[in-house]
Amino acid sequence: MTFELSAEDRSMLQGEQGPAVAAAMKILVAFAGAVGARSLLDISAAHIDGCLYHGQAGLDFVERLVDGAGRVKVQTTLNVGSLDLIHPELVRMPEGRDAPARRLMKAHMDLGCQATFTCAPYQTRFRPSFGQQIAWGESNAIVFANSVIGARTNRYGDFIDLCCAMTGRAPAFGLHLRENRRGRILFELEGLDADASDATFVGVGLIIGQKSGDHIPVISGLPAPRDEDQLKALGAAAATSGAVALFHAVGITPEAAALDDAFHGEPPRDVIRVTRADIREAVAALSGVPDGAPLSAVCLGTPHFSHDEWMRLLPMLRATDRGKRTPIYVNTGRATLERLTAEGALDDAEALGLVPVADTCTYVTSVLRRLDGAVMTNSGKWAHYAPGNIGVSVAFGDLADCVRSAAAGFVVRGAR
Amino acid sequence: MSGRGGIFQLAGAAQGSALVLSRPLSFWGGIDAETGDIIDRSHPDLGANIAGRVLVMEGGRGSSSSSSVLAEAIRLGTAPAAILLARPDPILAVGAIVAESLYGKAMPLVVCDIAGIGSGDRIAIAVGKDGAAIVRRF
Repeated sequence: MTFELSAEDRSMLQGEQGPAVAAAMKILVAFAGAVGARSLLDISAAHIDGCLYHGQAGLDFVERLVDGAGRVKVQTTLNVGSLDLIHPELVRMPEGRDAPARRLMKAHMDLGCQATFTCAPYQTRFRPSFGQQIAWGESNAIVFANSVIGARTNRYGDFIDLCCAMTGRAPAFGLHLRENRRGRILFELEGLDADASDATFVGVGLIIGQKSGDHIPVISGLPAPRDEDQLKALGAAAATSGAVALFHAVGITPEAAALDDAFHGEPPRDVIRVTRADIREAVAALSGVPDGAPLSAVCLGTPHFSHDEWMRLLPMLRATDRGKRTPIYVNTGRATLERLTAEGALDDAEALGLVPVADTCTYVTSVLRRLDGAVMTNSGKWAHYAPGNIGVSVAFGDLADCVRSAAAGFVVRGAR
Repeated sequence: MSGRGGIFQLAGAAQGSALVLSRPLSFWGGIDAETGDIIDRSHPDLGANIAGRVLVMEGGRGSSSSSSVLAEAIRLGTAPAAILLARPDPILAVGAIVAESLYGKAMPLVVCDIAGIGSGDRIAIAVGKDGAAIVRRF
């Protein structure tokens, strides 16, 4: 099997476009070989999940590209970092970690990446379009771009997402190619209400993640979502409990107008029935504490809260007696925060007990002030990762439950 | 054992004592890059140390962050002397390539038949004339 390089690829590889591009192309070609691609293809955007500081090697890699006068070749957005550069006082880093974490975020900006620092780049002005070839990192962003928008990316990660951005190329394999986007497993949902709760979408996501393995899931019987944020929650959960990079929801997502479209006219290899009880059970497994457990915080916005989500939350909070004033941390993109600030929407944030967090996320870094009680969240992803990452007990609930519980100071569910 | 052929995902010569894992290991969440210890509590080889060993497993597993952990382990000298896999693994390949590019340290990554290799076997990896890997027990 031969690997085909274009003249432009060879030029990059041979160093004609500088040492940074040559280094990126060398890594990309080796990666392409390892995944069995035969050639590279053009991409028009990238999203880099490289700003979380994990160690010196990651920083060395990016600074080497900066030293080689590297610039990204395509529009490139950045995922969250370890710090909130907008509210630096919020994050407490261990001694000696703050400086390299800051340098890592800055080095990416020096390469020409956009300082978005959000895990929901699909809800910024950099949202890709249907059919667009992109190279994205960050599991929830990948599944949203592929499934809800119909853009095309594989699950890229450490180093490779940036090598794609530096060269404008990606290996021609996997989900970049139409034939590999065919659904394989059918999940038939039974008996769901038309106006399904947010938790239902999270539960469906958890189940398809757990049961799809490497195969592309197709969901039938999913109620029409209230908005794309419910599909965002579903995708984030599926990419948390499993390795889902693309799902089709019949009649809802763009490559699944009908069942046949999702399966490209072929039969599913497996059919799995999902009942309301299955969904309830999957959601219940996210909670490590019972109703009534005392709360030290509520964490929302994993993935980053959209403007629409803020517009649902704020009236809910204003209509609730603040009671115990449990702090409500909300992760959001800095662009969303700027818009809300300009609109005056956050003028009463402090009185409402809100702590907006930008550029990072409350489960990857040390933001929460109190860890003595449980933390409540409406995010399947946060509920899954936070106990291991920051050592908290979690209660999962709908947004309305989270608001009511924050006021009560303990876990209250069934607020609908 | 006479030499068995293999394909390099990252070329180089190395030797060491085999550490055969009964299940694939995710380096992210599975290896402490500071020490080379296996720290994945659900892994049967929890507590073993990979530094300087010839790590043998079916394939890689899990998060793409394993690339960073492997690169960091190579930088710190806590990585295996070499890794033998039955199936190619792009994530480990990237970690090895990046570490070689940054630090000039080549940790051979070889795809080959791993049957019959036991933990403690002395393994040598060499580069053949055609650029293919030659894996020998000695």
